This record gives sequence, C-alpha cells and structure tokens, in this order.
Amino acid sequence: MIIDKVKKVNKTEKERTKNKIAANMMIGKWVKCDECKEIIYKEELHKNLSVCPNCGKHFRLSSRRRINQIADEGTFTEIASEIQTKDPLNFDGYLKKVEILKEKTKIEEAVKCGICNIEGEKAVIAVMDGNFLMGSMGSAVGERITIAIETAIEKRLPIVIFCVSGGARMQEGIVSLMQMAKTSSAIAKLNEEGLLYISVLTDPTTGGVTASFASLGDIILSEPKALIGFAGPRVIEQTIKQKLPQGFQSAEFLLEHGFIDKIVERKDMKSTIAKIIRLHKGGKVEDG
Amino acid sequence: MAKLTAWDRVQLARQLERPKSLDYIQKIFEDFMELHGDRNFADDKSIVGGIATIDNIPVTVIGEQKGKKIKENMERNFGMPNPEGYRKALRLMKQAEKFKRPIITFIDTPGAYPGMGAEERGQGEAIAKNLMEMARLKVPIICIVIGEGSSGGALAIAVGDRIVMLENAIYSILSPEGFASILYKDSTKAKEAAENMKATAQDLKSLEVIDYIIEEPEGGAQEDVNQVALNIRKYILKNIKELQKLSTEQLLNERYEKFRKM
Ligand SMILES: [Zn+2]
Repeated sequence: MIIDKVKKVNKTEKERTKNKIAANMMIGKWVKCDECKEIIYKEELHKNLSVCPNCGKHFRLSSRRRINQIADEGTFTEIASEIQTKDPLNFDGYLKKVEILKEKTKIEEAVKCGICNIEGEKAVIAVMDGNFLMGSMGSAVGERITIAIETAIEKRLPIVIFCVSGGARMQEGIVSLMQMAKTSSAIAKLNEEGLLYISVLTDPTTGGVTASFASLGDIILSEPKALIGFAGPRVIEQTIKQKLPQGFQSAEFLLEHGFIDKIVERKDMKSTIAKIIRLHKGGKVEDG
Repeated sequence: MAKLTAWDRVQLARQLERPKSLDYIQKIFEDFMELHGDRNFADDKSIVGGIATIDNIPVTVIGEQKGKKIKENMERNFGMPNPEGYRKALRLMKQAEKFKRPIITFIDTPGAYPGMGAEERGQGEAIAKNLMEMARLKVPIICIVIGEGSSGGALAIAVGDRIVMLENAIYSILSPEGFASILYKDSTKAKEAAENMKATAQDLKSLEVIDYIIEEPEGGAQEDVNQVALNIRKYILKNIKELQKLSTEQLLNERYEKFRKM
C-alpha cells in the first residue's frame, strides 16, 4: 500500500515535470533534439550556435542568426533588399501566402544578401533561409543572388553563399527554372574575373539550387550531416521502389564521392572561411 | 484548328509517335555523325550528339532522345539523362567551341533521372556545370524544345542565344503530375495543374522565356514530320546567319542579358 502510494507520487511528480517541459516547449523555451531526443533549453542551444550540446546535431539556422555568426559585429550592410517576390504565373493565392509568411517570420524572402567583414576580410555574402517557403528559389531569390554576384564583380570582392533549399519555387513555374540559368551565368562571369566563390551547403540543399550555383563554388564546404542532392530522397525511393541506405546524400557521402571539399563544423565556419579568403589574397596577378 | 487546351498539348508532347530528336536530326542535317561517351564513365543513350552540316555550315548537334517503342525507351531510359549524358553534351559543346561550330540542341525529356547512381555521380553538379559553361561558350547556340521540356534536366542543354519551342511542346519546372502533387497535394489534378502552370509555347512566349514558336501541322508533328523538320531547318539557318554576324563579345553579352532579365 505505502509503496503503491510512493510510486503514485513519483509518477505524478514525473508527470508534472513532463507537463512542465511540454508547457515550456509550447511557449517555445525548450526544444527537443530530433537526433538524440534530448530536451534542450533554447537559450543554451542558441549560445551553442544552434548545435545540440549533447550530440552535435546542427539545427537549421535563420538567415539572421547565420549572418550574426559569420559577419564581424556591426559590419553587415544589406543589399538587394528592394527585390521582392513576383507572381509571374498569377498563381492563385501565392502572393497572399507570401504576405502572411512575411508577417509571421519577419523575413522578406528566402535569401538575405549583403557586404560584411569576416575576421576583417571584406566579402559579399548571400544567406538563404529555410524558414521562407523551404528556401525555394523563385525570381526574387535568383535576382538577389545574381545582384550579390554582380556586386562581388563590381567591387572585386570574394563571395560566400550559404545554401539551404527545398528546390524550385513551384508557384513561379518556368520563371523559377530560369533562375538556375541566370545565377549560373553570373557565376561564369565571376570566374572570368578571377574572383573567389565559396559555396557553403547546409541542411537541406536540394533541387534547382544544387543544380546551379550551390555546386559551382571554387571551394565547396558543408555542415556535418547536411542532406545534399538533386532529387529528393522520396522521389528517388519512388523511382527505384526501395529504401535508400542510411546516410545516402549526406555531406559525408558527398565528400566520399568527390563533390565537396570539406565538412566544417559550425564553430569553425567563420575562421575557415576567413582563412580561405586570406589564402586567395597572395596569388593575385596584378594588371600591367 | 480547334483550340487545344494545355492538357491536350501535354498529351501531344508525350505521344509515343511524336517525332524524336533523331527523327529531326536526320531530316534537318545532311550528314550527321553520332559521337559517343563522356570520356569519364559511360555513353548515356538518353542524350545523342555529334557533328553534321546544314547548308554546308558545320554544326554540333545534341538532343535528348526518347524511344518510340518500349524496348527503345528502356535503352534510352525514357529520355531521362544521367550525369554522364550531360557531361557528354558538355564535351561535345566544348569541342564545338574549339572548332567554332554553332550548336543546336533538341530538348525532349521528362526530367533528369532521379536514381541512386545519378546522385552518386553528381546529377546536380553535372547540370550546374552545363548551365555555367553554356552561358559563356563562344559560339552561337540554338535550343529547340520539341516535346517535353521538364525541369533542370531540360534546362541543362537549353542555355543559348535562341530558345524556341514547337507549337505543341511544353516546357516547365516539372511535370503537371508533380506540380499537382506538390501544390494541390493531389497528383490526379494534373489537368488542372497543366492549365495553371503556364507551360505551353504560347504561355512561354508571352512570359518572354522563349523567342519563337515553330508551327506544327494540325493534329501534331507526327502528322507531317517532313514539314516540321523543314520549318525547324528554316529557323536554324536564318538564325545561325544572324548570330554569326555578331562579335563574340556581343554574342555573349546578349546571351547574358537574355537570362539576366528573367
Ligand atoms: Zn542532440
């Protein structure tokens, strides 16, 4: 009888803690790591660059947080922010959906571009944001990235692009597809100018972004365990009618198959990028 | 001619009997010689390519190739290229640049193949590389969508100075079925998707994505393949001559601006 009572108390105690955590998660103070299932205090997670302190899982980052992690404090100046979502197909409900999303996320589009210093090295950066329609590439994303590349050409600066994308912006149809050609053409010009382009792949980078600028860096870095591919895993599974092996299309898989240069943990990303930029400064051949 | 719906055209574009790249290539050019392989992994039969002449002008010709019968379709992987197909195309295009030959491409694919091997060998990288290289090739490039031009798999050989479509071809971000399953969460709404996704030649002309629509006979290209081949031939000749008048710098600037404004 007594034991039963103790058990009951323990159980309610446990339940109470559980409820408390659940309540805190509801108000957004805690998150659960879907890799190791650990419940993490959000503030602690953010202090740790949004990397799980328990298992090292790299959580997805908003463009704002990413820029804060990479740019020297107070040096980021945004460019191309005047470029807004377009609706070339007059697709029913699209612009309305975008307006609601902008209000909710306080993000203007799926990429934010600017000029900043990275450990004192001046560079153009473009940072995609998965919170905005899964980082899909429509005309605004393509246009902003092209402007970023052209700004790098005009100002003779290196460019760093952080990629995250679910693929094409379906609501923009063929115009979305054409952004692949537009951005890749701009990269071709950048190459002719002898300027450095570092592409950083983060979880997930797929579809049209993978099949354009993401795969065209002079140096391609990736965060650990990021999913990277052209076709999404579900599409492949439907095609071949079998399950994909564990780790297929992971950053580690791509490194092994020769498609990326280096996997870099988030804590080392800024210093690695700065180092690469510095390594490209010595070899410049001056005109004349 | 009765007005066709977008869905009618999707059906026409996919018809098994519809003329494929090789049908046109053999009729348009005098002496096509097919060349094979990407010099790295394999020869992808879903893309054919080689050299030929048209009115005594040497050209490089590349086309995505579907089959008309099930056996040929299996061999051709239903016109869905693997990375080595795109790399073969790029090899031949670089060769064209070396020998200053204009390039003509024929687009007809349901998309790049979404298989395991394709991913392992870098499908995304292969397509991206083509887009980047085609943007700067120092020879005229004319791209013709003859059937189904779907997704990055089509675009991978469709960056050029002239982008044109046959009257009943479609060119889109993905198939109407895929579009419906993503945006309407229901792949059976493909017909509705086809109307809304603006993928017909007329749609793309008004969106200023393509330059010109090449006429087909009533009922579709299969009704008179000789006539359609002749129409294509006329277009190619006229435009090669126009493009060859431009300096390399002009050619590349205009190509850049063409995609820049999209
Ligand atoms: Zn964890």
